[in-house]
Amino acid sequence: MLPLPPFVLHRPRTVDEAARLLEEHGSSAALVAGGTDLLPNMKLGLAAPRHVVSLGLVDGLSSIRAEEGAIRIGAMTRLEAVSAHEAVRLHAAALAEACLAVGGPHHRRMGTLGGNLALDTRCRYYNQSRFWRKALGFCLKKDGTACHVVAGGHRCVAAASNDSAAAVIALEARVVFASARGTREIAASELYVADGAANLARRPGEILVEVVVPIARGRSSAYEKLRARASIDFPMLSVAASVTKDEGRVVDVAVVVSALAAKPRVVAGARERVAGEGWAARVERIARAAYRECKPLENVPGDAAYRREMVPVIVRKALGRVGEA
Amino acid sequence: MDDLRLPRTLHGKLLRSPHAHARIAQIDASRALSMEGVHAVLTGADLPGRFGIIPWTPDEYALAPAIVRYVGDPVAAVAAVDESTALAALDRIDVEYEVLSAAVSLDDALAKPEIGLGPRGNNVSKHVDLAFGDVGAALSGSDVVDSGDYSFHGSAHAPIETHAVLAATGADGLLTVWSTTQVPHYLHRELSRVLAIAPSRIRVVQPPLGGAFGGKSEPFSHEICAAKLALVTGRPVKFLLTREEEFLVHRGRHPMRMRLRVGASKDGKLTAVEARTLIDGGAYSSFGLVTTYYSGQLLTLPTAAPTYSFSSTRYFTNKPPCGPKRGHGSVQPRFAFEVALDKLSALLGIDPIALRRKNAVGAETTTLNGMRVTSNGYLECLDAVERASGWKERRGKLGPGRGLGVASSAYITGTNYPIYPNEMPQSAVQLKVDRSGVVTVFNGASEIGQGTDTMLRTIVAEELGLDLGAVRVVSADTDLCPVDLGAYSSRGTFMNGNACLMAARQIKEKLVGAVAEKLGARPADVFVSRGALCVVGRENEAIAVDEAIRLAEAKHGTLGAVGYYRSPPDLGGKYRGGTIGASPAYSFTAHVAEVKVDMETGQVDVVKVWCAHDCGRAICPRLVIGQIEGSVYMGVAEALLEEHAIDDRGLHLGPSLLDYRLPTSLDVPDIEALIVESHDPEGPYGAKEAGEGPLHSSIPAVANALFDAVGVRVDSLPLSPARVLAALRRARS
Repeated sequence: MLPLPPFVLHRPRTVDEAARLLEEHGSSAALVAGGTDLLPNMKLGLAAPRHVVSLGLVDGLSSIRAEEGAIRIGAMTRLEAVSAHEAVRLHAAALAEACLAVGGPHHRRMGTLGGNLALDTRCRYYNQSRFWRKALGFCLKKDGTACHVVAGGHRCVAAASNDSAAAVIALEARVVFASARGTREIAASELYVADGAANLARRPGEILVEVVVPIARGRSSAYEKLRARASIDFPMLSVAASVTKDEGRVVDVAVVVSALAAKPRVVAGARERVAGEGWAARVERIARAAYRECKPLENVPGDAAYRREMVPVIVRKALGRVGEA
Repeated sequence: MDDLRLPRTLHGKLLRSPHAHARIAQIDASRALSMEGVHAVLTGADLPGRFGIIPWTPDEYALAPAIVRYVGDPVAAVAAVDESTALAALDRIDVEYEVLSAAVSLDDALAKPEIGLGPRGNNVSKHVDLAFGDVGAALSGSDVVDSGDYSFHGSAHAPIETHAVLAATGADGLLTVWSTTQVPHYLHRELSRVLAIAPSRIRVVQPPLGGAFGGKSEPFSHEICAAKLALVTGRPVKFLLTREEEFLVHRGRHPMRMRLRVGASKDGKLTAVEARTLIDGGAYSSFGLVTTYYSGQLLTLPTAAPTYSFSSTRYFTNKPPCGPKRGHGSVQPRFAFEVALDKLSALLGIDPIALRRKNAVGAETTTLNGMRVTSNGYLECLDAVERASGWKERRGKLGPGRGLGVASSAYITGTNYPIYPNEMPQSAVQLKVDRSGVVTVFNGASEIGQGTDTMLRTIVAEELGLDLGAVRVVSADTDLCPVDLGAYSSRGTFMNGNACLMAARQIKEKLVGAVAEKLGARPADVFVSRGALCVVGRENEAIAVDEAIRLAEAKHGTLGAVGYYRSPPDLGGKYRGGTIGASPAYSFTAHVAEVKVDMETGQVDVVKVWCAHDCGRAICPRLVIGQIEGSVYMGVAEALLEEHAIDDRGLHLGPSLLDYRLPTSLDVPDIEALIVESHDPEGPYGAKEAGEGPLHSSIPAVANALFDAVGVRVDSLPLSPARVLAALRRARS
């Protein structure tokens, strides 16, 4: 068996206390929420924090509050609870569906929304045992200098593989961080940077504490995922679509595609409008734009050429559930 | 296995090669040995003996002494106080490798014979050429000939319990090895040979397993290293292999490339079959000699042409070694052959079930290659799936993207000859009868989840009128149980069951005699019912079984019996290799699969599978149904999802249950298991095998259903969405 390396477990009761611990232990500390990502990674030798700060006992991080104009979701809310919440399903269907698409039932019962948003990027050359990576000669993301996905590449292209990421971006959610220096709120679209080695725009010492999803009148959304099996698998493509209508007229479309590289891609062509264009033609144009803009790499399992071919198919599928009628 | 705990146990780990093919220039374990908590380190020099399951091809070392042949080949073994220390010690064993040119695919093995992985200077592991009749003439005289190239990817067993072993020496010097093996007897022999210890000083025990499927049917490096480390340190040593190591140890289904030409006359009678097969064997021989024969020998049932030839070559490659997986060697050619039959059906405009009926080999006959066939329920299997699936009414009427496909197969019920030539029984049991009414079966067979213990209980209970709960089974312990050769080749029910029946009937005779004497009746008039023995016509005077046991014990002394099974002499063809494929009985199977294809994504969804299997007689119907369902699960997974892929560096591309894709419960089709009983004349109560046969034709049934649904053929497995989509595009353009 693969033993878990030794570490000191901290179980703070408040966000302040957790922030202090992060401050104190700096880069030798890691946050753990549900543990479904960090613990397997530690067993594989991908992470070796000397201090693990669990958010499990911190009060007030696992509620969902539907307020005027927004749904506020605590970062420690279990994925299962997010996916089942009535207000989320009604006003942010893409997020509910994305949370329901994560892993299997056990992962959703343990895993949290904050944890999924902060999921480490994944790559076929990275999510392997130390023996395997050593035989390979290691890689850019961990312990090595070469990229095995892009020959000669200097920037890691490990893929954002969290189902929820595309959904929160498409829904124009905001993300709240807390640290010893106070709180900071950013748009979900700014949560990720194009660096697979560390794709989260999280500053040292910060804790992701809340996700704020705006309730927009006339908006419907959907999430679609390309995967080999009906459960467990990480996405080979992840697509969230949101359509806002005013008096039956489509006024805004957002499409976000992920599991490409480190940063989920907002399809630029989705927002464009063409005068006189009907819905069906618009879907087709967006699907083609997505195909042009999204170029899957051989970073996660699944043939990259096939995944690219599936971009417009999955985009059409998602838009097909939120468009006209 | 991990639940077996002994005090003072050390944990073992293997250092494995990071190279696909290399020479070990130097190995130095001194830094590891100096670590606190490290008790011993072994390298190749400590275990110089070669071993291997087939006596003619022992080509493995417990630890490579000079050459490593795949990424994962063991080079050193550590025993330390815990797993973490053992892992840290592996990092402190210094090995200097000289990397050699490697063959990481069949193409490499063919193109670069100079790599020299085989015994004759090239990469060939085994070559077999056999011909029965003039195939060339028959093909050229045929009305139609279908030629096709097929390929089968590799697949792994993926048992939920990985390999594990615990070895310990007692105060008496006896070495005991508990292992997740399905062949305790062969392990016993090989441990004795490699460790150079008399077999009388070794005891092998196999605890209940969390699955095996053929992946645990030969001796392994970790077993030998655990035993040696226990001897060296004087402490128990345990190895628990990781999931990744399970994929490296492998012995999974061989990748094969098959070129098949099948001829037929206009009326659908087959005229000739010609098969040419290239087999990717991986780094070692394993069962490869047998695999190479099986890839051809098992194609003359359940349907056959009057002429047949095959040429099969197994190549060594620098990949994890392939071996026997459920349906050893014959699942791959079965895929090719059944798809070829489907193509002929389409070509000739004959219903594929009708074409198979027309070419069926009957009961009580001998096949073209000399295999004796006794019972044969093949036609009943075809009838059953045809009826249950609504084949006649529904085929062609399911709408776009939906279709039905059929395929069929036959399989051995045990090999007629043991792996090492000998005249002794292949299976034996001892019965101990206790005057309390409890009967214990001491039996060498391996319970690996397939249910041999239950099968034995059922036979003893049936013969002696006992409750299942009054029959105990002690199995797979070389100190306590007589020899059985192991859980492989679907031999358990037939051979072990017959041995048990023989023993139980001796006890029954004594009970009947004692009861007859007590009641003043003729033995012939005494019968065994549930819980009691009765005399015909005087049922109110029944004597309870436990009382009958006491009467018999008083009359004969302590009761006990020995039963054994010896296969019939001289089965098989009278030519070199003619004994391989010979079996005392054959099982028969037919599948119909229904699929739904997503034309946009290429995703094939298997909606339902009907599988009819002739198991002779279902002694435990629930177990037979379980075997059919498990076989269909495994077959559909190999058809659509699973792929044991190795990259050009020799690295396994998905050595985890995340990346090696077993179907989840949401991915499994509806399965309807249909039991067909042909009452074999030599099987216990007429029983034959059910463990491997029902897998074979599930794969081509899915491929044929795909064709029925969307009109395209994909002759390379798995039927991945990308492949199916590409085929659909080709068909459109």
